[in-house]
This record gives sequence, structure tokens and C-alpha cells, in this order.
Amino acid sequence: MSDEFGFFLLLLSNGVMIGLMYSLIALGFVLVYKATDAINFAQGEFVMIAGFVAAGGLMVWGAPLWLAAGGALVGMIAFGFLLERVMLRKLIGRPVIAVVMATIGLAAILRGFGPFVIFQGTKPLPLPLPDEPFILGPLFIPPIQALGAGLSLAFLAGFGWFFLKSRKGIAMRAVADNQQVAMAMGIHVERYFGVAWAMAGIVSALGGVLWGNMLGVDTNLALVGFKVFPVVILGGLDSIPGAIIGGLIVGIVENIAAGYVDPYVGGGTKDFAPYVLMIMALMFRPYGIFGKKIIERI
Amino acid sequence: MIHRECGVLKTTYEADMSLYPLPIARWTVGALAVLFFLVIPLTLHEYYLSVANLVWIAVIGALGLNILVGYTGQVSIGHGAFMSVGAYTAANLANRLDSPWPVNLLAGGLMAAAIGAIVGIPSLRIKGLYLAIATLAGQLIIEWIINHVTFISGGVQASIEVARPKLGAMVLSSQRDMYFFLLFFVVIAIVGTMNLIRSRIGRAFIAIRDRDIAAEIIGIDIFRYKLLAFAISSFYAGMTGVLYTYFLGIANYEQFQIGVSIDYLAMIIIGGLGSVLGSIFGAIFVTLLPIVIRLSMESFGGIFFTEATVLNLIPNLRLMLFGVLIIVFLVVEPEGLNRLWRNIRSYFRVWPFAY
Repeated sequence: MSDEFGFFLLLLSNGVMIGLMYSLIALGFVLVYKATDAINFAQGEFVMIAGFVAAGGLMVWGAPLWLAAGGALVGMIAFGFLLERVMLRKLIGRPVIAVVMATIGLAAILRGFGPFVIFQGTKPLPLPLPDEPFILGPLFIPPIQALGAGLSLAFLAGFGWFFLKSRKGIAMRAVADNQQVAMAMGIHVERYFGVAWAMAGIVSALGGVLWGNMLGVDTNLALVGFKVFPVVILGGLDSIPGAIIGGLIVGIVENIAAGYVDPYVGGGTKDFAPYVLMIMALMFRPYGIFGKKIIERI
Repeated sequence: MIHRECGVLKTTYEADMSLYPLPIARWTVGALAVLFFLVIPLTLHEYYLSVANLVWIAVIGALGLNILVGYTGQVSIGHGAFMSVGAYTAANLANRLDSPWPVNLLAGGLMAAAIGAIVGIPSLRIKGLYLAIATLAGQLIIEWIINHVTFISGGVQASIEVARPKLGAMVLSSQRDMYFFLLFFVVIAIVGTMNLIRSRIGRAFIAIRDRDIAAEIIGIDIFRYKLLAFAISSFYAGMTGVLYTYFLGIANYEQFQIGVSIDYLAMIIIGGLGSVLGSIFGAIFVTLLPIVIRLSMESFGGIFFTEATVLNLIPNLRLMLFGVLIIVFLVVEPEGLNRLWRNIRSYFRVWPFAY
């Protein structure tokens, strides 16, 4: 096997792993959009604040790992319910810009809250994993990425089952489809809105621990959120399989672009390539690969 | 602006169409002109004048963004990038061709308008949230290009120094000179926006905002007018970028990152979407907020925290307050400061006689 091809395979496998971890974060976005039609511009900050809680628990307050990670999880679920009750319920039926700006404001609050209340600067978030990567032929797979990809797949499958088969999941799909009819069928619409936000909290907590371990925890962790938009636009805003496919495309494209283009332009392709791809997708297929097409009538 | 009118007692068309419905309206405008052209620049200290200059720059940008978001209903999260387009166009022209500032200002505005119109092209097919994300992509792509193409960014840290603008032989070096320079453009921007909104174009914008399909049916070419809205709005943004560059004396992409786009969106949300006065209020409010927080933290922060932590906490506190304010305005008073101002005015309409 030539070195050239080995390099390509390395980029590809890395892209798949990272892509699945993007899918996990994008899932939080999709769940909320699917159920409540709200757009969460603070998804990256959700991940960041979960990382802050976990790292703060571990490094500042000296809690064991299970407690710190569990605290992040419980905290994010509670935060999801609270958020829906206090802020988003009041914005139902308002124009897109109102919800967009409200979540941008929320992002600002979280960005300030982490360093203001929990800790300043960067803290590591160590997990009990081996340091050496698994070596499979030309591939190097860091254990954290393998764990992240595995957990992402498990969660994506779990949420997929939840929406397709479980009673609550079907109720949530009904809410997403038509709120008034769902209400008439005796579904407590607002409670399911809260559940959707809490689910976004769960995946954010998981994402926060995984990404916090990879990148270290500070406010820059929120920048992961910028990857969510290309993922969900490519896959379709309200589609769980779309989040997986979109995540894989973005992960692979950005890794390959960075591997081949970065040496010529001096870096930064990773952040740039997914957005170029996204613009093209918006031009030709605005509702993504699996997204529901909206037909507007007057 | 602050006059009160009680009943409509006009008997001629001239009176009905007049610019100032009552003599007191004319006096108000005169008094404001005296305040802003004489009292403030001649009495305030240089530091406060520099704050006022920042406010003026923000007013122009907020007016531009409000034309797009407030009047035409197209969300843009890319205005920071349009400003940087204007800034770098002007800086390159000034340094390479040694062109005078009016040329740079106009070229910066036009360049930003062209780029803005290109970013606005997707608005024909997509709207709302999708458009917001597309403009976000525009922001990130423009930022990346400026940062990576040395022909534009001039190499080291992507910053280009620009000489102060000259008026004839006089160099506008002090904050007081800049104050008059900027105020001139603020007046043009305000009058220009008010007239634009009352024109055929402005009415088309408002029709598109209210229901774009209906607007198309009554014969408005929505593609043309949406692109026009992007272009006009970006023209304002480009001018803002050029003026900010002249104000700082340096063009640097870090002054125009996504946070700036969000600041300007916050200005028009807090001030009031679709209102000229609201844009001005919002620009003043958002520009002064961090300054007031810093001053008050420096004075009172020592009570709760140590000296060193206070300095670290200020940016975080600013972010949190900023976010809380956006949410509070969205939930409690969606029409912003402009609405509060109108409420105050209508309370005093017949004051002190109730009915």
C-alpha cells in the first residue's frame, strides 16, 4: 500500500470518527428543531457549559469522575426543562429572528457564566483511557475518538428507536407535525417541548465530556457549535439520519480538505470547507438530504 | 419628536403635509442640533468624545442593519464581515493609490454593497432560519478570505494602518475633529434612511417583510428588492467599516468578527426593529453598556472581588448582562426601546390633564 493512499485512509478514518462526534452534537439541535421548531444557536455553548460543569466538578471541587459527569448530565437535563419553561415558551409563535436572537443571547449568558461562576482559564478533563492510539494498518485511532464515535452511534440509534417505536417518541413526532392536532389528541404539547430541550441537554452533556477531553475546557469549546450548522443543513434540519450523514460528510470533507489544502494556504481550511459545502447545498437543495420540504401557501 | 399634539386641527393640505406639524417640533430639532453640534463637542472631554464617536459609528451600522432586518425582514448574521469588506477596501485604496477619503468611503461602501448583494443571492430561494445560517456562512468565509489572502490583508496580522482623513489642508487628528466628521455622516444616514423608507423602495421592502408571496403577487419583483435591501444595508455597513477604520487609524479583521454582527443585531432588537429612532437608541445603549459596566466594576467591584479578578470578570459580566438584556427585551418588550419611548410620550400627551 502506498504512503499516499495510507495518508488518505488515515484522513478518512479520522474524518469518520470526528464526523460521528459532530453528529452527536447536531442531534441536540435536530431534536429541538424537530419537536419545537426552535433553532438553537447556543448548541455549542450547551456543550461548553456541560464541559465546564464536568471539568469544574473534577478539577475544582475534586469530585470523582462519575459524579462530575453525572452532575453535568443531571444539570443539563434540569437546565433544558428550565429553559423551555422560562424563556422559550414565551417565544412560541414569534418570528424566526426572535428565537434566533434569544438563543444567541442565551449563548452570551452561558459564555459569561462558565468563567464567571465555575472557573477561569483552561482546565483539562481527563478520562481513564489509554494514551496510545489503536494501530490498524495505516490507521491511528485515538481511544477517545473511538469511544466518542461508539457512544455517538449508540445514542443516534437509541434516539432513532425512541422516535420510531416508543409511545413518547410517537407523541413527540405528532407534536412536531402539527401542534394543534396533537393537542386535540390529548398530548401535553408543552411537556414534550421541555422533553426535547432536556434531550438536547443530555447529548450536550455527553458531547461536553467527550469534546472537553479532546480539546480541554474553556470558552473556545463552544466553537464546536459552529460545525453544527453545516451538518444539519446538509442532512436536513429535522432528520436524525440526516444528522448522521451530515456529520460524516462534514467530518470527512474537513479532514481531507485540511490534509491536502492546508499546506498551501497556511491553515484554517478545517473551519472553512464545511461552510463552502453548506452554501452549495443551500443553493441546490435547501432542505438538505433528508429534510422535510416546506410548502408555503398564502 | 417630543411635542404633543392634541387632536387633528388642520385645515389645509400644506399644514397636513408639512415637515414640522407644530412650531415646537421645529424648535426641538433646532435644540437637538445645538446640543449635538455645539454643546456636546465643545464641552465634553476627549475621552467622552471618543465614546460619542463610537456611538455615531454604531448608529450608521445599526440603521443599515435595520433596513435589512427590521424593514425587509431578511435576517443577516454577516454584517461584521460586510464592514470588514469596506474597511479593507478603503485601507488598500488609501495605502496603494493614496486616494482621498471621500473616494475611499464611497468605494468601501460600494464594494461592501456588491459583496452583500452576492451573499444575499440565496435569499431568493431560502428564508428565515436558512437565510440566517447562509449569512453566517458568508461571515465566516469572508473572514477566512481576508485573513488568508495577503493581497487584501497586507500580511502581518492582517492589519493595515491608515492615515487620518484630511479636510483640505487640515488633518482630522483630535477626537473633536472626528466628532464633527462622523456626525456629518450620521445626519446623512438618518435622513437618508427616513426618506428611503417613505419611498417606493421602502414600501416594497415593508411589503416583502409582511408577506413576501403576497408582495410578489401585487407586482413587486422580490428578487430585485431583496438584493437591493442587502446592497443598501451592506453599503451602510461598508461605510461603517471605513469610518471605524479612520477612527482607529488601522484596519484589522479582528474588529469585525462574528461578535460584532451579533452586537449590531442586539442593537436593533433592543432599540426596536423597523424604526429609525430605535436604531439610534439601540446603538447608544449597546455601545455604552460595556463602558458603563467597566466603570462601575472598577469603582464597586472591589467590594466583592479582589483587584485582579475584577479585571478578568468584566468581559464575562458584560457577556452575561448582554445576553440577559437581549432575552428580556425579546420576551417583555419585543418592540424595544422605541416602544418604551412612545409609551412615555403618549403618557405625557395630555399631561397634566387626564382626558
